[in-house]
Amino acid sequence: MLSSRTKMNLFKQPQRIWDPVNECLDRDSLELLQLSRLRSTLENVYRNVPCYQVKFGEAAVGPEDLRQLSDLAHFPFTTKEDLRLNYPYGMFAVPMREVVRIHSSSGTTGKPTVVGYTRQDLNTWSELAARFMTAAGVTEDDIVHIAFGYGLFTGAFGLHYGAERLGASVIPMSSGNTDKQIMIMQDYRSTALVCTPSYALTLADRMERLGIDPASLNLRFGLFGAEPWSEEMRREIETRLQIIATDNFGLSEVMGPGIAGECLHRCGMHIFEDHFIPEIIDPDTGKVLPPGSRGELVLTSLTKEAFPMVRYRTRDITRLHYEPCACGRTHVRMEKTMGRSDDMLIIKGVNVFPTQIEEVLFQVEGCEPHYQLVLDRVGAMDTLEVQVEVNERIFFDEMKKQRGFVDMLEKRLVSALGVGAKVKLVEPSSMPRHEGKANRIVDRRKP
Amino acid sequence: MKVEQISIFIENKSGRLAEVTHALGDAGVNILALSLADTNDFGILRLIVDQTDLARTTLKQKGFTVNKTDVVAVEVPDRPSGLYSILTILDQGQVNVEYMYAFVERQGGNAVIIFRFDNTEEAIQVLLRSGVNVLLGERVHGQ
Repeated sequence: MLSSRTKMNLFKQPQRIWDPVNECLDRDSLELLQLSRLRSTLENVYRNVPCYQVKFGEAAVGPEDLRQLSDLAHFPFTTKEDLRLNYPYGMFAVPMREVVRIHSSSGTTGKPTVVGYTRQDLNTWSELAARFMTAAGVTEDDIVHIAFGYGLFTGAFGLHYGAERLGASVIPMSSGNTDKQIMIMQDYRSTALVCTPSYALTLADRMERLGIDPASLNLRFGLFGAEPWSEEMRREIETRLQIIATDNFGLSEVMGPGIAGECLHRCGMHIFEDHFIPEIIDPDTGKVLPPGSRGELVLTSLTKEAFPMVRYRTRDITRLHYEPCACGRTHVRMEKTMGRSDDMLIIKGVNVFPTQIEEVLFQVEGCEPHYQLVLDRVGAMDTLEVQVEVNERIFFDEMKKQRGFVDMLEKRLVSALGVGAKVKLVEPSSMPRHEGKANRIVDRRKP
Repeated sequence: MKVEQISIFIENKSGRLAEVTHALGDAGVNILALSLADTNDFGILRLIVDQTDLARTTLKQKGFTVNKTDVVAVEVPDRPSGLYSILTILDQGQVNVEYMYAFVERQGGNAVIIFRFDNTEEAIQVLLRSGVNVLLGERVHGQ
């Protein structure tokens, strides 16, 4: 458990805001700024990116049609498919000599997507990462341990720049080699951990097995992202690693980490609205939904030079809250994502998000989130098997109790998902552990 | 009076049982008695060994899920109705048996039954009151 002392100290000090002027703008000034930045973004892409010329032409709109912010809804969406069709550099809005960095999405399906940054883009990225890292509690006194993989993936570099910008000491650890990660954490006295939430639990598992008490480390904060995770998972990470865990959000197509992040009040991730305009749409009809609705997040960049994005469909399902936050920031807060609409499974016609299954597993006391979903089709029927790794807390020497546990889990899954699932217990460490994104779904159904 | 038993979760995959015994053999742990309860998907292996804690840490390091439970070892008279007489005592004492398995003592060649009760303490009292030979843990582990 987190000691109450740690928590009190956090809220006794006034919370720092990296860029108070821009993060606390009143709504009118913010919208004025958004409108002028949006206008130049639309003009820029219309002039410099053939794909946007074609799409705007098809929709019969031009930059001059933007008179107020709500006019953005008349402009066409940009999708991952557009990025694929323009692979690799077709969507860049500046000549290559102005591009100083190339990154790429993880490309879990099909070709990866390529994104570029100008020198100014890297500067903006560093600033925005410094904003959310400050909001998550990191200061110049912290030693930031980055256990994201360095490479084409934007995660590691984004937080690396943010931590440097705010003056913290950065350990560019990269991913893998869990034992060494723990050794470095002990010896270099890391105070802030940056990785995926599932890797945080892998570290906790390993420490447990090595007999290392997380309280003996200097870790205070964990900044986790790159995959959806539930509140239950947050609680488990916080209890087991004795840290305060915050979520942050980004996707490489739009910039990488630094689009949004939680403050220590942890009531949603502040989207940096002076740099991005968020919209929530109905993923089926494409219609913009009223504030407070749950739907797909669509993002438009306002300041990016090399790779501007107009109405990019993120496929992330979330909800936006415009009420003011106790931290003083005025920027809108997005809920933790339920998962990508791409991740949504349709089982026997029912929409199921892997995170829903995760929540059920967490509610069952002691159940770790090491699970895998196996979908299959028997005849015309879909089947869902949830494979759960056994640990000492959910293992009994009596068959009656063990079977009872499986039955209980199956009952809870049915009531939470509205579709039946078979639970299969498997030995620990039989599922692949990922330092990047957890791949928890095996779909054997034929398309 | 209690005997320590370890139970191990085993997936229904070939070679898993061999791995358990291999690990224990390498660690110098001797298996005295075992039972395996199985379903389609998984099994629960229960072992009485000479060095319980060593066996437990060895298997945990190998990544197995291991629990320790208390069971009761009872010497059964070597004659017809020997087991029946003990089960009758338990029945009359209203003690529930969760599961049981047997092995033969190295010295003396008597049959020994390992019982897992829902209420171990009460079961031991019932057996002792009826003069049943409940074996000491040290004797079982140390044989």
